[in-house]
Amino acid sequence: MPIRLPFRPRRDAYPPDLWTKCPGCAEMLFNKQLDKTLRVCPNCSHHFRIAAKTRITQLVDSGSFVERDADLAPVDSLGFVDLKAYPDRLVAAQLTTGLKDAAVWGLAAMGGKPVSLCVMDFGFIGGSMGAVVGEKVTRAGEAAIEERIPLIIVASSGGARMQEGTYALMQLVKTMSVVERVKAARVPYISVLADPTTGGVFASFAVVGDVNIAEPNAMIRFAGDRVSAGTIGEELPAGYQRAEFWFSHGFVDRIVARSKLRDEIIALLGFLMAPAVPGAIEPVAAPGFSPRSLLSALTGVLSGDSNGDSHNGDSHNGDSHNGDSHNGEAAGSRGEASRG
Amino acid sequence: MVDRLLGRSHAADGPAEDRTAVVWAHVQQARNLKRPHTLELLNGMADEFIELHGDRFFGDDSAIVAGVAKIAGRRIVVIGFQKGQDTEENIRRNFGLPHPEGYRKAMRMMELAERFGMPVLTFVDVQGAFPGAAAEERGIAEAIARSVGLMSRLRTPIIVVITGEGGSGGALGLAVGDVVLALDNSIYSVISPEGCAAILWRSSEHSAEAAVAMKVTAEEQRDLGIIDEVICEPGEGAHTDPAETARRIKDVVVARLEELELLSLDELVEARFQRYRAYGPYTVAEQPAPPPPRIGIAGRLRGLLSGTLRQSASDREEV
Repeated sequence: MPIRLPFRPRRDAYPPDLWTKCPGCAEMLFNKQLDKTLRVCPNCSHHFRIAAKTRITQLVDSGSFVERDADLAPVDSLGFVDLKAYPDRLVAAQLTTGLKDAAVWGLAAMGGKPVSLCVMDFGFIGGSMGAVVGEKVTRAGEAAIEERIPLIIVASSGGARMQEGTYALMQLVKTMSVVERVKAARVPYISVLADPTTGGVFASFAVVGDVNIAEPNAMIRFAGDRVSAGTIGEELPAGYQRAEFWFSHGFVDRIVARSKLRDEIIALLGFLMAPAVPGAIEPVAAPGFSPRSLLSALTGVLSGDSNGDSHNGDSHNGDSHNGDSHNGEAAGSRGEASRG
Repeated sequence: MVDRLLGRSHAADGPAEDRTAVVWAHVQQARNLKRPHTLELLNGMADEFIELHGDRFFGDDSAIVAGVAKIAGRRIVVIGFQKGQDTEENIRRNFGLPHPEGYRKAMRMMELAERFGMPVLTFVDVQGAFPGAAAEERGIAEAIARSVGLMSRLRTPIIVVITGEGGSGGALGLAVGDVVLALDNSIYSVISPEGCAAILWRSSEHSAEAAVAMKVTAEEQRDLGIIDEVICEPGEGAHTDPAETARRIKDVVVARLEELELLSLDELVEARFQRYRAYGPYTVAEQPAPPPPRIGIAGRLRGLLSGTLRQSASDREEV
């Protein structure tokens, strides 16, 4: 008669979500360990692709992120059917990622300072940019202008979403025109190019940051290598279209390992968010009286700020974010309040 | 498929296959090498044209031509893609596939137009930007992005005419404007039908289906609001009568310019921003209620305790 032991028997097979094989060095990596190293292989420092929400947790002050417009959802504007109908692809992607579309944006704090952050998720139809992604990038930019806080966009995308046709192409214009406004407003914009950043996303907002930061060995390109090799019949150099290629050709300021990314962005923002430059374009204050603007004007006066009305509103906002960074729950409740 | 297995009639397939054939013929027409390109059209439209060269950084791209023209007595900066009409010219023009230098030259011309108060007219007929290493390493993506950005805020009227292929980002680099016109045999798409088929169908044999699915034809694009007006081509197509094609384009362009000149520059730029700001439909989905947070026994106890405390506190207040 077998003896029953009060603990579980040794398992023959381990669940697949326990280990990940590193595509860089073929080492088997324990997932919990991998999460601790921000999903970078401790052996060969291969940077795994990460979900938008994971990226946000890695970048911002803990608990400070307040998502905006989580309910924006894509529509099948063309009635697009390839091997699968577009709505089916959407539903499948929504189920696997838990997102409505391939980008997440919101307000957060980094090093205690408020930022407007938009992160793309490659897991959702290749991180492709359709109307919703374009809209979220645009709203993130508009929020940055309005609040006068830095804009940070983490790109990870296969390019424009073919299933939305020329509407997807128009998102290049939409996002670029808001980036132009961000620049005109002298609000810093940091573009982080993660693996992969390609096509229409690389050829619009991702390439024109005030500072472009790439993750090591990230695939960054405009034209696919199959396109180039096939149509042109060219030999492609080694390391072609990787982050280091762009660094050596002058399109990326810095290649930053994931473990240093947050600190690097905070340090850069310390330089870029200098005191207001005289002659800078100030946001126009909303006309008319509103109790809220009076309140923020008062807080502005109290904090020794003598600038315009709406600017004072920002400093008030900044304070609230400073507070939020210490208290996740407060951030959550405040975010909901401001939404309602 | 099921129908075919059961030997049922193919009547249902008929219209769909017709449509595919029609659209594919349209795509071929848009790509007809004999179609008039920027220089040929200018020949029929402009009283005078002086071509200007070079991007001031690296070189001169022969796949994009630019310069100053007099059209119906107006000074206009004209920029456009230039494919060759025969093999020899095509080799010289790099088969109409532009390098970053082309877009940088175009940006130079746009800034010139802004400085000297001239409207910009662009002609778009390009398969896409050159996809090779030379274009890539000199920053084709950056050049297109900056060109799109500049056009979105340029303080002078911009009229875009799509005359053949409006291929992806390469076309968009010169296709942001206050008015977007198109010849009726032209196409406009986010990626070439071949590229789309290769990615989504995993075989370029399905290019025609991809073209149908992406609604590439000028009329469909007008219905989507991407194109404002479709200009009818004479006879069997623009290539059969380039002079008449140029005349028709000229009439519409001049009429549109007169309309745009009524707006102040601020209104013009804001209207352009709002136009592109509005592209791309989306919905606001109902957020499912967040699942109630899972609480263990300790949590439940704490909830119970604080609940009773709060209850008693509010009781006290009421009293």
